[in-house]
Amino acid sequence: MTVSVWHRLDQAGRSLAPLAVTVMLLLLAMVPLYLPGYETVAPALALMSVYYWAIHRPDLIRPSVAFAIGLLQDMLTGAPLGMTALVLVLCHWVVVSQRSFFLANSFVLLWVGFAFIVFGAALVQWLAFSMLALTVMPLEAALCQAALTLALFPIFAWLFIRVHRAFLKEL
Amino acid sequence: MTRLTALRALVQRFSFLLLVTASIALMMLGKIDPSLVEEARSHVTDAFVPILDAISRPAATAARAVETVVEISEIHRENSELRLENARLLQWKQVALRMEAENNSLRSLLHYKPEPGAAFISARLIAAPGGPFLRDVLVTAGRRDGVRRGQAAIAGAGMIGRVVEVGEWTARVLLITDINARVPVLLDNSTRQRAVLAGDNSDEPRLLYLPPEASVSVGDRVVTSGEGGLFPVGLPIGVVAAVEDRVIKVKTMVDLGKLEHVELVDFGLPGGLVGETGLSGVR
Repeated sequence: MTVSVWHRLDQAGRSLAPLAVTVMLLLLAMVPLYLPGYETVAPALALMSVYYWAIHRPDLIRPSVAFAIGLLQDMLTGAPLGMTALVLVLCHWVVVSQRSFFLANSFVLLWVGFAFIVFGAALVQWLAFSMLALTVMPLEAALCQAALTLALFPIFAWLFIRVHRAFLKEL
Repeated sequence: MTRLTALRALVQRFSFLLLVTASIALMMLGKIDPSLVEEARSHVTDAFVPILDAISRPAATAARAVETVVEISEIHRENSELRLENARLLQWKQVALRMEAENNSLRSLLHYKPEPGAAFISARLIAAPGGPFLRDVLVTAGRRDGVRRGQAAIAGAGMIGRVVEVGEWTARVLLITDINARVPVLLDNSTRQRAVLAGDNSDEPRLLYLPPEASVSVGDRVVTSGEGGLFPVGLPIGVVAAVEDRVIKVKTMVDLGKLEHVELVDFGLPGGLVGETGLSGVR
């Protein structure tokens, strides 16, 4: 009896790992790094995380969870409420509906898939911000951010794979 | 029961559409009733302060260490520059002392009523959310420390923004470079021309509503005009950096990427939020 309770607790804890990693990265992305021009292109770490887990464990990061993560990020960053939620839900939907494409065997294909997602997300954000502000916002900064996020993806993908193997192997 | 299952199946089937609609609805709501969203936002931000505070400290320490190394390599050049500047400032000090004495005597002649004194609240920067479309920072001072919405935020030599959201422990400062920021300013040259400083998410905000015949030259100081009653007259903001066919860029006094501590200032002006409603388009 006790064993099964502990076992269940353990499983629940493990299945929270993707969410925990995402929230941690979301907070980490907000840390001021005092690098010139960094704030503008601060990489979208939460997007990487949602992308990875939506491919490999869509049962643990559901669309509603992606939505909640987006809302939290909007609340903390001061973005219009719903903006990041929209981006993450769209990302999740694209990934899950085209899962056979994204669930690649090689890492390079995973990276290529992320390129589509990250530039798509930049465009969606740019469109939404422009519509809310009723002006055409400059697109360059968004593209730079997307490029930096893409460039840093391997480092964080390595982290996700480690977490995946450490906590979720037998689940 | 079957109806419930059917409903659940329906929700699951359209969950994507529902979530997208909810996101867009929230954006609309935030646009229509910002105060409602702001309230929720400040509560959530307050809850995350301890974590943000903790993880921002190592980054600040590392940045300071790097800066120390850079400073040591430049210490000689900087020293000679500072000597020169010190000599110049000593002259200015004499001028300032003479003017203060003159001012005092003139004020006593006129029975001048001085402006209310300002109260300063110091705060540490814990998060710069950034991204390509936002320029705001979170600082560790809130309602309990006396921070109020609309207060000016100052760092070092100049104004950097104003408080747009206050929680119990935190405040969010909208920087003057944000696309939503509008500050009534005047050119501190002989013309004293009034204008509005508008952020555009770049590092150098622009001057709007200057009449075409106004004379502006690179190097002119830009200070707050006090219009609208939100800020006092004469807070330094920046200097004109470039004048190119009607686009006037202003370089801010303070490097906004290197903020570590800011001061939130309560000038005790009567305008407050009443003055703020006059600035349409401001979050």
